[in-house]
Amino acid sequence: MGGRWRTAVLVPLLLAAGCGGLGADPADDPRALVTMGFGLPDEHATARVAVFRRANPDVDLRITEGAFDEQQFLSAVAAGEPPDVVYADRRKLGGYAARGAVVSLADCVREHGVDLGQFREAALRQVTYGSEVHGLPDFSSVRLLIVNNTAVREAGLDPAAVATSDWAALAGVTDRLARVEGGRPRRIGFDPKVPEFLPLWAKANGVELVGGSGVDVRLDHPKVVEAVRYTADLVAAQGGWASFRAFRDTFDQFGAANQYVTGQLAAMAMDSWYINTLATNSPDVDVTVAPFTDRSGAPLTESGGQAWAIPKGARHPEAACRFLVTMTATDTWVTAATARRDALAGAGRPYGGTFTANRVADQRIFDEVFDPRGNRVLERGVPMVLALQDQAFALPPSPAASELVRAWEGAVNRVLTGGQNAEEAMAQAQREAERALRRVGGR
Amino acid sequence: MASVSRRESRAGWLFLLPWIIGFLAFTAGPMLFSLWLSLTHYDMLKPPRFVGLENYREAVRDERVATALWNTAFYTVLHVPSQIVLALALASLMRRAGRAAGFFRTVLYLPVMTPPVALAAMFLLLLNGQNGAINEFLGWFGFTGPNWTTDPAWVKPGLVLMSLWTVGSTAVLYLAALTRVPLERYEAARLDGASPWRQFWHVTLPGISGTVYFTVVVNTIASLQVFTEAYAMFFGARDQQSKEGDAALFYVIHLFQEAFGSLRMGYASALAWGLFVVIAAVTAVQVRLSRRYVHYEGERS
Repeated sequence: MGGRWRTAVLVPLLLAAGCGGLGADPADDPRALVTMGFGLPDEHATARVAVFRRANPDVDLRITEGAFDEQQFLSAVAAGEPPDVVYADRRKLGGYAARGAVVSLADCVREHGVDLGQFREAALRQVTYGSEVHGLPDFSSVRLLIVNNTAVREAGLDPAAVATSDWAALAGVTDRLARVEGGRPRRIGFDPKVPEFLPLWAKANGVELVGGSGVDVRLDHPKVVEAVRYTADLVAAQGGWASFRAFRDTFDQFGAANQYVTGQLAAMAMDSWYINTLATNSPDVDVTVAPFTDRSGAPLTESGGQAWAIPKGARHPEAACRFLVTMTATDTWVTAATARRDALAGAGRPYGGTFTANRVADQRIFDEVFDPRGNRVLERGVPMVLALQDQAFALPPSPAASELVRAWEGAVNRVLTGGQNAEEAMAQAQREAERALRRVGGR
Repeated sequence: MASVSRRESRAGWLFLLPWIIGFLAFTAGPMLFSLWLSLTHYDMLKPPRFVGLENYREAVRDERVATALWNTAFYTVLHVPSQIVLALALASLMRRAGRAAGFFRTVLYLPVMTPPVALAAMFLLLLNGQNGAINEFLGWFGFTGPNWTTDPAWVKPGLVLMSLWTVGSTAVLYLAALTRVPLERYEAARLDGASPWRQFWHVTLPGISGTVYFTVVVNTIASLQVFTEAYAMFFGARDQQSKEGDAALFYVIHLFQEAFGSLRMGYASALAWGLFVVIAAVTAVQVRLSRRYVHYEGERS
């Protein structure tokens, strides 16, 4: 009887106190380890988590599944109730490091003897702020060219003719490859993937959009303006942005009838993960995977991928540190890659490898585990991706990262839609970027 | 006597208490807090810093605020009249449907149940300028449809077209209002030789003016706050900015980007109060106009 009374009094009290439930906050449990932004879609995730659980049976790992949600994460940090571990795009995490939302991993790395040298340089640059590393890089992708051999040969050209070293020649090739009927595109000749790939085009023309410390922006540099004008002209010559984009939206990108199979596209710049998508959905498609190059012909690529970090105010930083060191360790990656390969083999499918930001892990995965089973997309594409990984660059983390991206992407969009010319647009972008940086600095 | 009424009023307050607590905690409280935040710089990571009216001054100069206001006004001016005209037309048709009215009412209201994000995904396909169903349909009549989803000039008309999907919610209100217009008035009008158009203008419209007024106000407020469908269509994909040169940058989308993309909670709060003032002003004008054009049953006009 007494127990029932106590419950009757306690429940409303707890609810009134904002506990929203009967138990204590799970994060207060000393054994708990809460993650955010990470899910368990395949063996890359499940096998690595299993490795951690085996080595840390005393830790109660709680994975809040779902994609990273910036709003959710920052409100959790602001409310003083952050997760213990956060998993997000490295470009985003770099910005959080610059704003102090995630903590330095210098002690963590030292205590666990992590050799930072095993991580790819560009990936590490994205999470290094103030000379201290704030995140451990996870997967790693690069950007390159994927050429539809059938479509290019049909136009009487050699697939090797699609190259980004000679811009005038590329414009000519694009003209020959593109098919526009009555103002409507029927085939895209070459998709430069702007505004997303503007950092790559600018670098190919000799300028990094954002300099060393993340506060030096050069959006209105003449070389950047030239890159914007050139890529926008490529699109304009293929039916104009509105039709070009609407046509591209009709592609079955992730299906068996994708744009390479249907011949709706002759060539594009793209992220390397798409090679695996092609290999799975259309293993017989005839493509050439070539490097994006600068104007002198030297291969050039931009690094992408996720990283792990520990938010400011995390309750269990030690367990969190063990977790992210385990998840990115060479042996863990090899275990996960093997599990993935075996699972795919069970379904009779090839395994195209796992591209990580850990150079040593990649070497072992592609020496010991890689199993393309004669899939020609993988056999042609994978060696190219591997060769490019260590040549990638990355823009430095900036406290105003999202505003900078918004400024230059907005500018390129205005040029693409014909609202402004390249000089005006990039001058405006530069003003917006400088204003954003001043604001962050003044905080 | 006095004590009874005091007891009654105390009971009244007691019954109201849950609502009052909810209102203070979840509406008035956050509003006051955002009013305070609008006077600060606050990035959610460091404590707010008081800056006076600086956020408001910046909002007045912000080029994107001007773009967003223009887009929002354009959308509202297109959306509200088309919604009302179409809803009224559909309601008039349903009024004549006789026994089948119940069926049509259900069918017309069903689309309102579609989740907005699903609606946005569906309309991205329907409105596609190259092989979307809407342009295919226009093609039957020899028209070449525009690129609704990618041409800056057509993005907002496309969104208005999409918004008509939920016209059912307004139409059922009109249907209810139409059934309340006394039939004798139509009879009298017919005896006087009034054409159907004059009947509509002088009998129907004054008879339902209260409902029309209500839907104009509610639809205007909703379109000034348009967000979900436009965001899902043009900003939703991860890391993706609008590719249409800001043609779909509505006021609340700009506010959302400043708050959660740039972490400028203070500035975003100022923008929110700006919108509040705009909506209050527009509604005040509508209330003013309503005195002249809206008639209520039993009112002396």
